Amino acid sequence: MPRQKRSRHRLKRAVAPYLYLSPSLLIIGLLMLLPMVTVIGYSFQNSAVLRRDPSFAGLKHYQAIFNDPVFWASLWHTLYFTCMSVVFHMTIGMVFALMLNSDRINPTLRNVLRVLYILPWLFTAVIIAVIWRLLLEPNGVVNSVLMQMGIIGSKVEWFSSPETALHAVTFANIWAGYPLFMVSLLAGLQGIPKDFYEAADIDGAKAYQKLIFITIPQLMPIIISISLLDFIWTMQVFPLIWITTGGGPIYSTEVLSTYTYKLAFSSYNLSQASASAVVILLISLGLTLFYIRYQKAR
Amino acid sequence: MMFRIQPAMLKIAAAAWLLGATSAMADTTLEFTQWWEPELPAGSLRAIMNDFEAANPGIKVTLVSGPYATTRDQISVGAATGTLSDVVGLDGAWVNNLNAQNALADMNPMMDASGFDKTQVADIIKVDGKAVMFPVASFVYPVFVNLDLAAQAGVTKLPSTRAEFLEAAKKMTQADKNQYGWVLPLSLQTPSGVQNDMMSWVWASGQSMMADGKPALEGKPVVDMLTFLKSLNDAGTISPGIATKTEQEKVEEFVNDRVGMMIDSLAHVNLIRKRNPKLNFDLIPVPVVENYNGKRGLPYASWGIGISAGSKHQEEAWKLVQYLMSEKVNAKLVSLANAFPGNVNAKPDFVTSDKAFGKAFEIFKTGYLANEFTGLPVAEDLMTQFDVEAQKMLTGEQSPEQAAANAQKGWMAKF
Repeated sequence: MPRQKRSRHRLKRAVAPYLYLSPSLLIIGLLMLLPMVTVIGYSFQNSAVLRRDPSFAGLKHYQAIFNDPVFWASLWHTLYFTCMSVVFHMTIGMVFALMLNSDRINPTLRNVLRVLYILPWLFTAVIIAVIWRLLLEPNGVVNSVLMQMGIIGSKVEWFSSPETALHAVTFANIWAGYPLFMVSLLAGLQGIPKDFYEAADIDGAKAYQKLIFITIPQLMPIIISISLLDFIWTMQVFPLIWITTGGGPIYSTEVLSTYTYKLAFSSYNLSQASASAVVILLISLGLTLFYIRYQKAR
Repeated sequence: MMFRIQPAMLKIAAAAWLLGATSAMADTTLEFTQWWEPELPAGSLRAIMNDFEAANPGIKVTLVSGPYATTRDQISVGAATGTLSDVVGLDGAWVNNLNAQNALADMNPMMDASGFDKTQVADIIKVDGKAVMFPVASFVYPVFVNLDLAAQAGVTKLPSTRAEFLEAAKKMTQADKNQYGWVLPLSLQTPSGVQNDMMSWVWASGQSMMADGKPALEGKPVVDMLTFLKSLNDAGTISPGIATKTEQEKVEEFVNDRVGMMIDSLAHVNLIRKRNPKLNFDLIPVPVVENYNGKRGLPYASWGIGISAGSKHQEEAWKLVQYLMSEKVNAKLVSLANAFPGNVNAKPDFVTSDKAFGKAFEIFKTGYLANEFTGLPVAEDLMTQFDVEAQKMLTGEQSPEQAAANAQKGWMAKF
């Protein structure tokens, strides 16, 4: 084969994969990279979007948000909301998955429970927010039941009191999110070979020992993967918090997403909102890289 | 046969095309962005536009309609990118920002050139001396009183002053029965409660939250209002859940006999009747401070109208604005919207056919429209800031004076 023909062939082979990938790359570029780069650009401009000739602002908007105590409160609330949600999603998901996987429960009852436990997953965030607003309002069912049981003496304003609002909204999110863990762990449980448990039985292992030394280690890859994904998703939750409390009362449930939204659509400070969005992007990116590294290591 | 008909048909077709093309070239198409169409009976705004087109040959109107929030975002982006529609529906809270972007045309020269009678309009919203908005339809906010609850509580005279209101609210409150005298929605999602349910007390007594174009929240009117609301709260007369309560929830509580009094838009009268046909209620003006006998400011929200500064058809756009502000058309539009007119001579038909609206119209006629948030920069953000400080006050974190001082500090930063 002449040299020219050979090099052309090599070039074709090198280019071909990129040509196959080009439609996807184009879509990713247009729908993901372009908006991301645009928002990053806005965060360095004065009066971004609102003026046709925005000037360069440098790091001014980043400085402004880092000097804002509400931003730091939002970051703390986001971390509390996310960590509590992930821990309880995992715990409840594990308990329910073990229950649904247990042979001790009647199969018919198990099927009924399976449907019941997965219900929160079927509702959209708006429906969940409305349900919990109704349940937790001062004259709602929860207060009525708790008062009748003598647990509380007077009506609690769950979402309207700065002391309880963050816990209440976290509780609603825990209720909404555990089925993801439950379903994933149930699938994992069904994949653990029975031989392990039979060997443990022969060795005289107790139920909790089987859980600690067989079940959890076997499920660990799923637990870590889903926890990381849940962490990333929960950090960005917006509609549930916005509809239930709007970030209030005062700033007690302000999280990074509501903080950014208010900057953009209440203050019309789109430059500062972009800076805040970039901070969220960086945190999410860090977690995503951690997730990818973990997946690669496996 | 075919050969004889074909040339004739061709000639007719050519003539028709020529006529169509000529008229198409002569036509000016105005784009009119607003959120009113979805809130009016189906097809009614289009019918008004058809009448306008018939009265103004050569001008066509394309309606760009959407919900309020979408329209707001669309207009903000349109102003930034220079693609704002020729005629735009406006909320008073937006005009300052839009004016700062030079997005709105000054209608003063248009009024002068066309000999427009300025005395016929209820209000002209001006920013930096530029006439940027007319309120086409106004939704006033009187106090709704549940007459049955009032009678049961022994309230024989409906309150006219703040002290009377406090007494009435105390009497109507029976917390063990989930019944309260008043309802205050201060959710942060839509902080309009600050405007409608808080500042309305200030404006009703002819007072102001501003001085020389700057916020004056530390002044007596606002501090007194906050002190009064705190006294209502301390007396336990306000329905619980203030910090997350929305306007819809406020109306629901009133409809379900859970609150005796609320400040609300007149636009909700029909909704309230629909939800609870048995509810016996009356409308009164917002009570005033002791010994005040002057004209009462009536809080309102409005459907405003303005013209894009970048419009190539400002002359035609002005014709449309004039048309909507004219006595008969304005009366027709506000009758459909259950609103009060932007033209002072227009009389909507519902005020004669409906007792409640009739009474509200009397309140409207004897008072004046008051909404100082109209034209302020980032009005919604100002409301949010005030909302947060008011929430802190109501939870006992700070005094009315501190709430006013902190809000003043936040507001000044925005001016």
